[in-house]
Amino acid sequence: MPYGDKVIDHFQRPRNVGSLDKTSPNVGTGIVGAPECGDVMKLQILVDENDNIVDAKFKTFGCGSAIASSSLATEWLKGRKLDQALDIRNTDIVRELALPPVKIHCSVLAEDAIRAAVEDLRKKKGARSSAVEGNGAK
Amino acid sequence: MRRIYLDNNATTQVDPRVLEAMLPFFCDKFGNAASRNHAFGWEAEQAVEAAREQIASLIGADAKEIVFTSGATEGNNTAIKGVAAMYAERGKHIITQATEHKAVLDPCHWLAEQGYRVTVLPVDAKGMVDLEQLKQAMTPDTILVSIMHGNNEIGTVQPIAEIGRLCKEREVLFHTDCCQTFGKLPINVEEMGIDLLTCSAHKIHGPKGVGALYVRRKRPRVRCAPVLHGGGHERGVRSGTLNVPGIVGLAKAAEISGREMESEPARLAALRDRLKDAIISKLDAVHLNGHPTLRTPTNLNLSFAYVEGESLMMGMPEVAVSSGSACTSASLEPSYVLRAIGVGDDLAHGSIRFSLGRFNTADEVDYVAERVVATVRKLREMSPLYEIAQEGVDLKAVEWTRE
Repeated sequence: MPYGDKVIDHFQRPRNVGSLDKTSPNVGTGIVGAPECGDVMKLQILVDENDNIVDAKFKTFGCGSAIASSSLATEWLKGRKLDQALDIRNTDIVRELALPPVKIHCSVLAEDAIRAAVEDLRKKKGARSSAVEGNGAK
Repeated sequence: MRRIYLDNNATTQVDPRVLEAMLPFFCDKFGNAASRNHAFGWEAEQAVEAAREQIASLIGADAKEIVFTSGATEGNNTAIKGVAAMYAERGKHIITQATEHKAVLDPCHWLAEQGYRVTVLPVDAKGMVDLEQLKQAMTPDTILVSIMHGNNEIGTVQPIAEIGRLCKEREVLFHTDCCQTFGKLPINVEEMGIDLLTCSAHKIHGPKGVGALYVRRKRPRVRCAPVLHGGGHERGVRSGTLNVPGIVGLAKAAEISGREMESEPARLAALRDRLKDAIISKLDAVHLNGHPTLRTPTNLNLSFAYVEGESLMMGMPEVAVSSGSACTSASLEPSYVLRAIGVGDDLAHGSIRFSLGRFNTADEVDYVAERVVATVRKLREMSPLYEIAQEGVDLKAVEWTRE
Protein backbone atom coordinates (compact mmCIF):
# COMPACT_ATOMS: atom_id res chain seq x y z
CA MET A 1 0.00 0.00 0.00
CA PRO A 2 1.73 3.22 -1.07
CA TYR A 3 0.93 5.73 1.66
CA GLY A 4 1.22 9.48 1.79
CA ASP A 5 3.89 11.20 3.86
CA LYS A 6 1.52 12.03 6.73
CA VAL A 7 0.53 8.41 7.31
CA ILE A 8 4.17 7.38 7.25
CA ASP A 9 5.09 10.18 9.65
CA HIS A 10 2.37 9.21 12.15
CA PHE A 11 3.29 5.55 11.76
CA GLN A 12 6.98 6.10 12.33
CA ARG A 13 6.56 8.68 15.10
CA PRO A 14 3.17 7.88 16.60
CA ARG A 15 1.91 10.61 18.91
CA ASN A 16 0.55 9.81 22.34
CA VAL A 17 1.04 6.06 22.45
CA GLY A 18 0.22 4.70 25.85
CA SER A 19 -2.46 4.15 28.42
CA LEU A 20 -4.27 6.23 31.02
CA ASP A 21 -5.75 4.80 34.20
CA LYS A 22 -9.05 3.41 32.94
CA THR A 23 -10.46 3.30 36.48
CA SER A 24 -10.00 7.05 36.95
CA PRO A 25 -13.32 8.96 37.01
CA ASN A 26 -11.80 11.57 34.70
CA VAL A 27 -10.66 9.11 32.04
CA GLY A 28 -12.88 7.94 29.22
CA THR A 29 -11.86 4.76 27.40
CA GLY A 30 -13.07 3.57 24.02
CA ILE A 31 -12.08 0.21 22.59
CA VAL A 32 -13.45 -0.53 19.13
CA GLY A 33 -12.85 -3.10 16.41
CA ALA A 34 -12.07 -6.80 16.68
CA PRO A 35 -8.87 -8.84 16.35
CA GLU A 36 -10.31 -11.04 13.61
CA CYS A 37 -11.21 -7.96 11.60
CA GLY A 38 -7.58 -6.90 11.71
CA ASP A 39 -7.95 -3.73 13.73
CA VAL A 40 -8.59 -2.81 17.35
CA MET A 41 -8.22 0.72 18.65
CA LYS A 42 -8.06 1.79 22.24
CA LEU A 43 -8.43 5.53 22.69
CA GLN A 44 -8.44 7.31 26.04
CA ILE A 45 -9.09 10.89 27.08
CA LEU A 46 -8.42 12.64 30.35
CA VAL A 47 -10.52 15.70 31.27
CA ASP A 48 -10.09 18.36 33.94
CA GLU A 49 -12.89 19.67 36.14
CA ASN A 50 -14.05 21.97 33.32
CA ASP A 51 -14.35 19.16 30.80
CA ASN A 52 -11.26 20.21 28.89
CA ILE A 53 -9.44 17.30 27.35
CA VAL A 54 -5.99 17.64 28.85
CA ASP A 55 -4.53 14.37 27.64
CA ALA A 56 -5.25 11.66 25.09
CA LYS A 57 -3.57 8.31 24.54
CA PHE A 58 -4.01 5.45 22.13
CA LYS A 59 -2.95 1.91 21.43
CA THR A 60 -3.83 0.35 18.11
CA PHE A 61 -3.57 -3.10 16.58
CA GLY A 62 -3.96 -2.64 12.88
CA CYS A 63 -2.46 -1.51 9.63
CA GLY A 64 -0.40 1.62 9.14
CA SER A 65 -3.37 3.83 8.41
CA ALA A 66 -5.24 2.57 11.48
CA ILE A 67 -2.26 3.52 13.62
CA ALA A 68 -1.93 6.88 11.89
CA SER A 69 -5.67 7.60 12.21
CA SER A 70 -5.66 7.02 15.94
CA SER A 71 -2.41 8.93 16.42
CA LEU A 72 -3.90 11.91 14.59
CA ALA A 73 -7.13 11.62 16.59
CA THR A 74 -5.25 11.94 19.89
CA GLU A 75 -3.46 15.01 18.58
CA TRP A 76 -6.70 16.65 17.61
CA LEU A 77 -8.41 15.71 20.88
CA LYS A 78 -5.91 17.33 23.17
CA GLY A 79 -6.97 20.84 24.19
CA ARG A 80 -10.58 20.43 23.05
CA LYS A 81 -13.68 20.73 25.13
CA LEU A 82 -15.30 17.33 25.67
CA ASP A 83 -18.35 18.44 23.68
CA GLN A 84 -16.17 19.37 20.74
CA ALA A 85 -14.50 15.97 20.65
CA LEU A 86 -17.45 14.64 18.70
CA ASP A 87 -16.90 17.29 16.03
CA ILE A 88 -13.98 15.26 14.71
CA ARG A 89 -15.32 13.48 11.66
CA ASN A 90 -13.77 10.53 9.90
CA THR A 91 -13.80 12.56 6.69
CA ASP A 92 -11.48 15.09 8.33
CA ILE A 93 -9.05 12.28 9.11
CA VAL A 94 -9.29 10.92 5.57
CA ARG A 95 -8.51 14.36 4.19
CA GLU A 96 -5.67 15.14 6.57
CA LEU A 97 -3.94 11.78 6.03
CA ALA A 98 -4.90 11.46 2.35
CA LEU A 99 -6.14 7.94 3.02
CA PRO A 100 -6.88 5.79 -0.03
CA PRO A 101 -10.50 4.56 -0.39
CA VAL A 102 -9.75 1.05 0.92
CA LYS A 103 -8.50 2.60 4.15
CA ILE A 104 -11.50 4.79 4.91
CA HIS A 105 -12.71 2.24 7.46
CA CYS A 106 -9.64 3.05 9.55
CA SER A 107 -10.83 6.64 9.89
CA VAL A 108 -14.35 5.42 10.72
CA LEU A 109 -12.88 3.27 13.44
CA ALA A 110 -11.03 6.29 14.86
CA GLU A 111 -14.26 8.30 14.95
CA ASP A 112 -15.99 5.36 16.65
CA ALA A 113 -13.18 5.20 19.21
CA ILE A 114 -13.58 8.90 20.03
CA ARG A 115 -17.33 8.44 20.41
CA ALA A 116 -16.86 5.40 22.65
CA ALA A 117 -14.34 7.23 24.86
CA VAL A 118 -16.63 10.24 25.26
CA GLU A 119 -19.61 8.01 26.04
CA ASP A 120 -17.60 6.10 28.61
CA LEU A 121 -16.61 9.34 30.32
CA ARG A 122 -20.18 10.71 30.25
CA LYS A 123 -21.46 7.46 31.69
CA LYS A 124 -18.94 7.71 34.53
CA LYS A 125 -19.86 11.33 35.18
CA GLY A 126 -23.58 10.60 34.94
CA ALA A 127 -23.25 7.76 37.39
CA ARG A 128 -21.29 9.96 39.74
CA SER A 129 -23.69 12.91 39.64
CA SER A 130 -26.71 10.64 40.15
CA ALA A 131 -24.84 8.99 42.98
CA VAL A 132 -24.26 12.43 44.50
CA GLU A 133 -27.92 13.38 44.03
CA GLY A 134 -28.92 10.07 45.57
CA ASN A 135 -26.79 10.81 48.58
CA GLY A 136 -28.32 14.30 48.83
CA ALA A 137 -31.85 12.90 48.92
CA LYS A 138 -30.97 10.77 51.87
CA MET B 1 18.83 2.55 1.87
CA ARG B 2 19.75 -1.11 2.05
CA ARG B 3 17.05 -3.28 0.44
CA ILE B 4 16.56 -6.96 1.12
CA TYR B 5 14.35 -9.17 -0.98
CA LEU B 6 12.75 -12.06 0.88
CA ASP B 7 9.72 -12.50 -1.36
CA ASN B 8 11.10 -15.15 -3.68
CA ASN B 9 7.89 -17.22 -3.60
CA ALA B 10 6.27 -14.28 -5.40
CA THR B 11 8.98 -13.86 -7.98
CA THR B 12 12.75 -13.95 -8.24
CA GLN B 13 15.58 -11.90 -9.60
CA VAL B 14 16.66 -13.09 -13.04
CA ASP B 15 20.03 -14.80 -12.76
CA PRO B 16 22.56 -12.87 -14.89
CA ARG B 17 23.56 -16.17 -16.52
CA VAL B 18 19.94 -16.60 -17.61
CA LEU B 19 19.78 -13.10 -19.04
CA GLU B 20 23.00 -13.69 -20.90
CA ALA B 21 21.60 -16.84 -22.48
CA MET B 22 18.46 -14.97 -23.55
CA LEU B 23 20.07 -11.87 -25.06
CA PRO B 24 21.04 -13.26 -28.50
CA PHE B 25 17.40 -14.15 -29.09
CA PHE B 26 16.15 -10.58 -29.18
CA CYS B 27 18.15 -8.77 -31.87
CA ASP B 28 20.25 -11.44 -33.50
CA LYS B 29 18.49 -14.82 -33.47
CA PHE B 30 15.03 -13.31 -33.49
CA GLY B 31 13.38 -15.81 -35.86
CA ASN B 32 10.00 -17.42 -35.42
CA ALA B 33 10.48 -21.02 -34.32
CA ALA B 34 7.60 -21.96 -36.61
CA SER B 35 9.33 -20.56 -39.72
CA ARG B 36 10.38 -23.81 -41.32
CA ASN B 37 11.99 -22.43 -44.46
CA HIS B 38 14.87 -20.20 -43.47
CA ALA B 39 17.85 -20.10 -41.18
CA PHE B 40 16.29 -17.55 -38.82
CA GLY B 41 13.48 -19.98 -38.10
CA TRP B 42 15.80 -22.95 -37.82
CA GLU B 43 18.07 -21.41 -35.21
CA ALA B 44 15.04 -20.38 -33.15
CA GLU B 45 13.55 -23.84 -33.45
CA GLN B 46 16.85 -25.42 -32.51
CA ALA B 47 17.02 -23.32 -29.35
CA VAL B 48 13.44 -24.21 -28.45
CA GLU B 49 14.03 -27.93 -28.92
CA ALA B 50 17.20 -27.81 -26.84
CA ALA B 51 15.17 -26.03 -24.15
CA ARG B 52 12.50 -28.72 -24.33
CA GLU B 53 15.14 -31.39 -23.71
CA GLN B 54 16.50 -29.41 -20.78
CA ILE B 55 13.13 -29.02 -19.06
CA ALA B 56 12.21 -32.64 -19.72
CA SER B 57 15.46 -33.94 -18.24
CA LEU B 58 14.87 -32.10 -14.97
CA ILE B 59 11.62 -33.99 -14.34
CA GLY B 60 12.44 -37.32 -15.97
CA ALA B 61 10.17 -36.70 -18.95
CA ASP B 62 10.54 -36.89 -22.71
CA ALA B 63 11.05 -33.67 -24.66
CA LYS B 64 7.90 -34.35 -26.69
CA GLU B 65 5.88 -34.13 -23.48
CA ILE B 66 6.79 -30.49 -22.80
CA VAL B 67 4.42 -27.72 -23.88
CA PHE B 68 5.64 -24.15 -23.49
CA THR B 69 3.18 -21.70 -21.97
CA SER B 70 3.04 -18.11 -20.80
CA GLY B 71 3.41 -19.26 -17.21
CA ALA B 72 1.76 -21.22 -14.44
CA THR B 73 -1.69 -19.68 -14.69
CA GLU B 74 -1.93 -20.75 -18.29
CA GLY B 75 -0.37 -24.13 -17.55
CA ASN B 76 -2.86 -24.85 -14.77
CA ASN B 77 -5.81 -23.65 -16.84
CA THR B 78 -4.77 -25.75 -19.82
CA ALA B 79 -4.19 -28.86 -17.74
CA ILE B 80 -7.47 -28.67 -15.86
CA LYS B 81 -9.81 -27.33 -18.53
CA GLY B 82 -8.02 -29.29 -21.25
CA VAL B 83 -8.42 -32.62 -19.48
CA ALA B 84 -11.97 -31.78 -18.42
CA ALA B 85 -12.95 -31.10 -22.04
CA MET B 86 -11.32 -34.24 -23.40
CA TYR B 87 -12.54 -36.68 -20.77
CA ALA B 88 -16.06 -35.32 -20.19
CA GLU B 89 -17.59 -38.44 -21.68
CA ARG B 90 -15.76 -40.62 -19.20
CA GLY B 91 -16.73 -38.54 -16.23
CA LYS B 92 -17.21 -35.06 -14.90
CA HIS B 93 -15.67 -35.24 -11.46
CA ILE B 94 -12.50 -33.40 -10.49
CA ILE B 95 -10.73 -33.47 -7.13
CA THR B 96 -8.52 -30.71 -5.81
CA GLN B 97 -7.69 -29.33 -2.37
CA ALA B 98 -8.27 -26.17 -0.39
CA THR B 99 -4.83 -24.56 -0.40
CA GLU B 100 -4.22 -24.72 -4.15
CA HIS B 101 -3.28 -21.54 -5.96
CA LYS B 102 -6.21 -19.60 -7.41
CA ALA B 103 -4.97 -20.59 -10.86
CA VAL B 104 -6.08 -24.13 -9.97
CA LEU B 105 -9.11 -23.37 -7.80
CA ASP B 106 -10.69 -20.87 -10.16
CA PRO B 107 -10.58 -23.09 -13.27
CA CYS B 108 -12.15 -25.82 -11.10
CA HIS B 109 -14.88 -23.43 -9.92
CA TRP B 110 -15.45 -22.40 -13.50
CA LEU B 111 -15.84 -26.04 -14.50
CA ALA B 112 -18.32 -26.49 -11.66
CA GLU B 113 -20.41 -23.79 -13.30
CA GLN B 114 -20.19 -25.74 -16.55
CA GLY B 115 -21.74 -28.83 -15.00
CA TYR B 116 -18.70 -30.62 -13.62
CA ARG B 117 -18.59 -31.88 -10.05
CA VAL B 118 -15.64 -30.56 -8.07
CA THR B 119 -14.47 -31.89 -4.72
CA VAL B 120 -12.19 -29.56 -2.77
CA LEU B 121 -10.50 -31.67 -0.11
CA PRO B 122 -9.76 -30.06 3.23
CA VAL B 123 -6.25 -30.07 4.68
CA ASP B 124 -5.04 -30.61 8.22
CA ALA B 125 -3.52 -27.95 10.47
CA LYS B 126 -0.15 -28.41 8.76
CA GLY B 127 -1.64 -28.06 5.31
CA MET B 128 -1.51 -31.73 4.31
CA VAL B 129 -4.21 -33.54 2.40
CA ASP B 130 -5.41 -36.79 3.87
CA LEU B 131 -4.77 -39.71 1.49
CA GLU B 132 -7.63 -41.70 2.96
CA GLN B 133 -10.00 -38.83 2.25
CA LEU B 134 -8.63 -38.57 -1.26
CA LYS B 135 -9.23 -42.26 -1.81
CA GLN B 136 -12.77 -41.96 -0.55
CA ALA B 137 -13.45 -38.94 -2.73
CA MET B 138 -12.58 -40.85 -5.89
CA THR B 139 -15.61 -42.20 -7.73
CA PRO B 140 -15.97 -43.98 -11.08
CA ASP B 141 -16.59 -40.64 -12.79
CA THR B 142 -13.45 -38.99 -11.37
CA ILE B 143 -11.24 -37.94 -14.27
CA LEU B 144 -8.65 -35.70 -12.66
CA VAL B 145 -6.92 -35.03 -9.36
CA SER B 146 -5.09 -31.71 -9.15
CA ILE B 147 -2.93 -31.35 -6.06
CA MET B 148 0.07 -29.09 -5.80
CA HIS B 149 3.55 -30.12 -4.78
CA GLY B 150 4.77 -27.24 -2.58
CA ASN B 151 2.43 -24.56 -1.30
CA ASN B 152 3.27 -20.97 -2.21
CA GLU B 153 2.06 -19.43 1.03
CA ILE B 154 2.84 -21.92 3.78
CA GLY B 155 5.43 -24.12 2.08
CA THR B 156 3.79 -27.44 2.91
CA VAL B 157 4.92 -30.21 0.54
CA GLN B 158 2.20 -32.70 -0.37
CA PRO B 159 2.96 -36.44 -0.71
CA ILE B 160 2.64 -36.35 -4.48
CA ALA B 161 4.27 -39.74 -5.09
CA GLU B 162 1.61 -41.39 -2.92
CA ILE B 163 -1.10 -39.33 -4.59
CA GLY B 164 0.27 -40.35 -7.99
CA ARG B 165 0.18 -44.00 -6.97
CA LEU B 166 -3.43 -43.72 -5.77
CA CYS B 167 -4.40 -42.06 -9.05
CA LYS B 168 -2.69 -44.81 -11.06
CA GLU B 169 -4.59 -47.48 -9.13
CA ARG B 170 -7.87 -45.82 -9.98
CA GLU B 171 -6.84 -44.79 -13.49
CA VAL B 172 -7.45 -41.17 -12.68
CA LEU B 173 -5.21 -38.52 -14.22
CA PHE B 174 -2.97 -36.62 -11.82
CA HIS B 175 -2.01 -32.99 -12.35
CA THR B 176 0.36 -31.22 -10.00
CA ASP B 177 1.27 -27.55 -9.82
CA CYS B 178 5.03 -27.59 -9.17
CA CYS B 179 5.75 -23.86 -9.41
CA GLN B 180 7.31 -23.73 -5.96
CA THR B 181 9.28 -26.97 -6.22
CA PHE B 182 10.42 -27.25 -9.83
CA GLY B 183 14.19 -26.86 -9.71
CA LYS B 184 14.15 -26.91 -5.89
CA LEU B 185 13.05 -30.42 -4.98
CA PRO B 186 13.68 -33.61 -6.96
CA ILE B 187 10.74 -34.37 -9.25
CA ASN B 188 10.37 -37.43 -11.44
CA VAL B 189 7.14 -37.84 -13.38
CA GLU B 190 7.64 -41.60 -13.72
CA GLU B 191 8.46 -42.34 -10.11
CA MET B 192 5.76 -39.98 -8.87
CA GLY B 193 3.02 -41.05 -11.27
CA ILE B 194 2.47 -37.53 -12.57
CA ASP B 195 0.41 -37.11 -15.74
CA LEU B 196 0.44 -33.34 -16.00
CA LEU B 197 2.78 -30.87 -14.31
CA THR B 198 2.92 -27.09 -14.30
CA CYS B 199 6.02 -25.00 -13.78
CA SER B 200 7.09 -21.43 -14.30
CA ALA B 201 10.39 -19.71 -15.07
CA HIS B 202 10.19 -16.66 -12.85
CA LYS B 203 10.14 -18.67 -9.62
CA ILE B 204 13.58 -20.10 -10.40
CA HIS B 205 15.46 -16.95 -11.41
CA GLY B 206 14.18 -17.05 -14.96
CA PRO B 207 12.11 -14.44 -16.79
CA LYS B 208 8.42 -13.70 -16.22
CA GLY B 209 5.84 -14.69 -18.80
CA VAL B 210 7.06 -18.17 -19.62
CA GLY B 211 6.48 -21.62 -18.22
CA ALA B 212 6.03 -25.21 -19.21
CA LEU B 213 3.31 -27.81 -18.97
CA TYR B 214 4.25 -31.46 -18.96
CA VAL B 215 1.61 -33.66 -20.60
CA ARG B 216 2.25 -37.42 -20.44
CA ARG B 217 2.36 -39.18 -23.80
CA LYS B 218 2.74 -42.80 -22.71
CA ARG B 219 1.01 -45.03 -20.14
CA PRO B 220 -1.40 -43.37 -20.52
CA ARG B 221 -1.34 -40.95 -23.41
CA VAL B 222 -3.02 -37.89 -21.90
CA ARG B 223 -5.28 -35.90 -24.15
CA CYS B 224 -5.50 -32.22 -23.38
CA ALA B 225 -7.69 -29.78 -25.30
CA PRO B 226 -6.22 -26.34 -25.96
CA VAL B 227 -7.32 -23.21 -24.15
CA LEU B 228 -5.75 -20.98 -26.81
CA HIS B 229 -6.75 -21.87 -30.35
CA GLY B 230 -4.85 -20.74 -33.41
CA GLY B 231 -1.88 -21.80 -35.49
CA GLY B 232 -1.58 -25.22 -33.92
CA HIS B 233 1.76 -24.72 -32.19
CA GLU B 234 2.94 -27.11 -29.49
CA ARG B 235 1.15 -30.08 -31.07
CA GLY B 236 -2.08 -28.16 -31.02
CA VAL B 237 -2.16 -27.91 -27.23
CA ARG B 238 -1.07 -24.29 -27.14
CA SER B 239 -1.26 -22.04 -30.15
CA GLY B 240 0.75 -18.86 -30.28
CA THR B 241 4.18 -17.86 -31.52
CA LEU B 242 6.75 -19.30 -29.18
CA ASN B 243 8.42 -16.89 -26.77
CA VAL B 244 11.89 -17.97 -27.83
CA PRO B 245 13.99 -15.73 -25.54
CA GLY B 246 11.71 -16.64 -22.63
CA ILE B 247 11.93 -20.34 -23.39
CA VAL B 248 15.72 -20.12 -23.62
CA GLY B 249 15.69 -18.32 -20.27
CA LEU B 250 13.44 -20.95 -18.69
CA ALA B 251 15.78 -23.68 -19.90
CA LYS B 252 18.87 -21.92 -18.63
CA ALA B 253 17.22 -21.33 -15.26
CA ALA B 254 16.24 -25.00 -15.12
CA GLU B 255 19.75 -26.06 -16.08
CA ILE B 256 21.32 -24.00 -13.29
CA SER B 257 18.75 -25.18 -10.73
CA GLY B 258 19.28 -28.78 -11.78
CA ARG B 259 23.03 -28.47 -11.49
CA GLU B 260 22.77 -26.88 -8.05
CA MET B 261 20.13 -29.28 -6.76
CA GLU B 262 22.67 -31.05 -4.57
CA SER B 263 23.68 -27.99 -2.60
CA GLU B 264 21.33 -25.04 -3.07
CA PRO B 265 18.08 -26.37 -1.54
CA ALA B 266 20.05 -27.44 1.55
CA ARG B 267 21.64 -23.99 1.78
CA LEU B 268 18.21 -22.34 1.48
CA ALA B 269 16.66 -24.62 4.08
CA ALA B 270 19.51 -23.77 6.47
CA LEU B 271 18.93 -20.05 5.91
CA ARG B 272 15.21 -20.53 6.43
CA ASP B 273 15.79 -22.30 9.74
CA ARG B 274 18.36 -19.73 10.78
CA LEU B 275 15.80 -16.99 10.21
CA LYS B 276 13.11 -18.87 12.10
CA ASP B 277 15.36 -19.64 15.07
CA ALA B 278 16.68 -16.09 15.28
CA ILE B 279 13.13 -14.70 15.42
CA ILE B 280 11.52 -17.32 17.65
CA SER B 281 14.33 -17.25 20.20
CA LYS B 282 13.73 -13.54 20.81
CA LEU B 283 9.95 -13.19 20.63
CA ASP B 284 7.06 -14.85 22.41
CA ALA B 285 3.73 -15.72 20.76
CA VAL B 286 5.10 -16.47 17.31
CA HIS B 287 3.45 -19.33 15.40
CA LEU B 288 4.83 -21.29 12.48
CA ASN B 289 2.29 -21.73 9.69
CA GLY B 290 2.55 -24.82 7.53
CA HIS B 291 4.36 -28.08 8.07
CA PRO B 292 7.32 -28.00 10.51
CA THR B 293 9.49 -30.32 8.40
CA LEU B 294 7.78 -31.22 5.12
CA ARG B 295 8.05 -27.77 3.58
CA THR B 296 9.79 -26.13 0.66
CA PRO B 297 13.35 -25.00 1.46
CA THR B 298 12.51 -21.41 0.56
CA ASN B 299 9.43 -20.76 2.66
CA LEU B 300 9.00 -19.54 6.22
CA ASN B 301 5.55 -18.36 7.27
CA LEU B 302 5.13 -16.94 10.76
CA SER B 303 2.22 -15.36 12.60
CA PHE B 304 3.07 -12.70 15.16
CA ALA B 305 0.25 -12.51 17.67
CA TYR B 306 -1.08 -9.03 18.62
CA VAL B 307 0.52 -7.42 15.55
CA GLU B 308 -0.98 -6.75 12.12
CA GLY B 309 1.03 -7.83 9.10
CA GLU B 310 0.83 -4.72 7.00
CA SER B 311 2.05 -2.51 9.80
CA LEU B 312 4.88 -4.95 10.44
CA MET B 313 5.91 -4.67 6.80
CA MET B 314 5.57 -0.90 6.99
CA GLY B 315 7.83 -0.86 10.01
CA MET B 316 10.67 -2.41 8.02
CA PRO B 317 10.21 -0.91 4.55
CA GLU B 318 13.67 -1.98 3.42
CA VAL B 319 12.66 -5.63 3.76
CA ALA B 320 10.44 -7.15 1.06
CA VAL B 321 8.17 -9.91 2.37
CA SER B 322 4.47 -10.62 2.05
CA SER B 323 1.56 -11.04 4.42
CA GLY B 324 -1.67 -12.98 4.69
CA SER B 325 -3.31 -9.96 6.25
CA ALA B 326 -6.46 -8.63 4.64
CA CYS B 327 -4.85 -5.22 4.52
CA THR B 328 -2.34 -6.45 1.97
CA SER B 329 -4.79 -8.30 -0.26
CA ALA B 330 -6.97 -6.93 -3.01
CA SER B 331 -9.97 -8.83 -1.64
CA LEU B 332 -9.78 -7.33 1.87
CA GLU B 333 -10.05 -10.87 3.20
CA PRO B 334 -7.28 -12.61 5.11
CA SER B 335 -5.50 -15.47 3.37
CA TYR B 336 -7.78 -18.39 2.40
CA VAL B 337 -4.78 -20.71 2.73
CA LEU B 338 -4.29 -19.78 6.38
CA ARG B 339 -8.03 -20.16 6.94
CA ALA B 340 -7.89 -23.63 5.37
CA ILE B 341 -5.29 -24.77 7.92
CA GLY B 342 -7.40 -23.38 10.73
CA VAL B 343 -5.37 -20.28 11.54
CA GLY B 344 -7.77 -17.78 13.15
CA ASP B 345 -8.32 -14.52 11.31
CA ASP B 346 -6.56 -12.62 14.11
CA LEU B 347 -3.35 -14.61 13.52
CA ALA B 348 -3.82 -14.55 9.76
CA HIS B 349 -3.73 -10.75 9.97
CA GLY B 350 -0.41 -11.05 11.76
CA SER B 351 1.20 -13.45 9.31
CA ILE B 352 4.35 -12.81 7.32
CA ARG B 353 5.76 -14.97 4.57
CA PHE B 354 9.53 -14.83 4.22
CA SER B 355 10.75 -16.60 1.09
CA LEU B 356 14.35 -17.13 0.17
CA GLY B 357 16.19 -17.30 -3.11
CA ARG B 358 19.59 -17.90 -4.64
CA PHE B 359 20.88 -14.41 -3.94
CA ASN B 360 20.05 -14.25 -0.25
CA THR B 361 22.87 -14.50 2.26
CA ALA B 362 23.20 -15.40 5.93
CA ASP B 363 24.07 -11.77 6.62
CA GLU B 364 20.76 -10.66 5.11
CA VAL B 365 18.85 -13.23 7.10
CA ASP B 366 20.47 -12.05 10.35
CA TYR B 367 19.64 -8.44 9.51
CA VAL B 368 16.01 -9.27 8.71
CA ALA B 369 15.63 -11.27 11.92
CA GLU B 370 16.85 -8.28 13.92
CA ARG B 371 14.51 -5.90 12.11
CA VAL B 372 11.53 -8.22 12.59
CA VAL B 373 12.21 -8.59 16.31
CA ALA B 374 12.62 -4.84 16.79
CA THR B 375 9.53 -3.97 14.76
CA VAL B 376 7.30 -6.56 16.43
CA ARG B 377 8.41 -5.30 19.85
CA LYS B 378 7.66 -1.72 18.86
CA LEU B 379 4.24 -2.61 17.47
CA ARG B 380 3.37 -4.72 20.49
CA GLU B 381 4.18 -1.75 22.70
CA MET B 382 1.39 0.08 20.91
CA SER B 383 -0.95 -2.90 20.59
CA PRO B 384 -4.00 -2.88 22.87
CA LEU B 385 -4.24 -6.65 22.34
CA TYR B 386 -0.78 -7.22 23.71
CA GLU B 387 -1.62 -5.05 26.70
CA ILE B 388 -4.85 -6.92 27.36
CA ALA B 389 -3.11 -10.29 26.98
CA GLN B 390 -0.35 -9.18 29.35
CA GLU B 391 -3.05 -8.44 31.92
CA GLY B 392 -3.93 -12.11 31.69
CA VAL B 393 -7.23 -11.61 29.88
CA ASP B 394 -8.19 -14.20 27.27
CA LEU B 395 -8.69 -12.24 24.06
CA LYS B 396 -11.19 -14.81 22.85
CA ALA B 397 -13.40 -14.08 25.85
CA VAL B 398 -13.53 -10.33 25.20
CA GLU B 399 -16.64 -8.98 23.54
CA TRP B 400 -15.44 -6.94 20.60
CA THR B 401 -17.40 -4.40 18.63
CA ARG B 402 -17.46 -5.83 15.14
CA GLU B 403 -17.86 -3.50 12.23
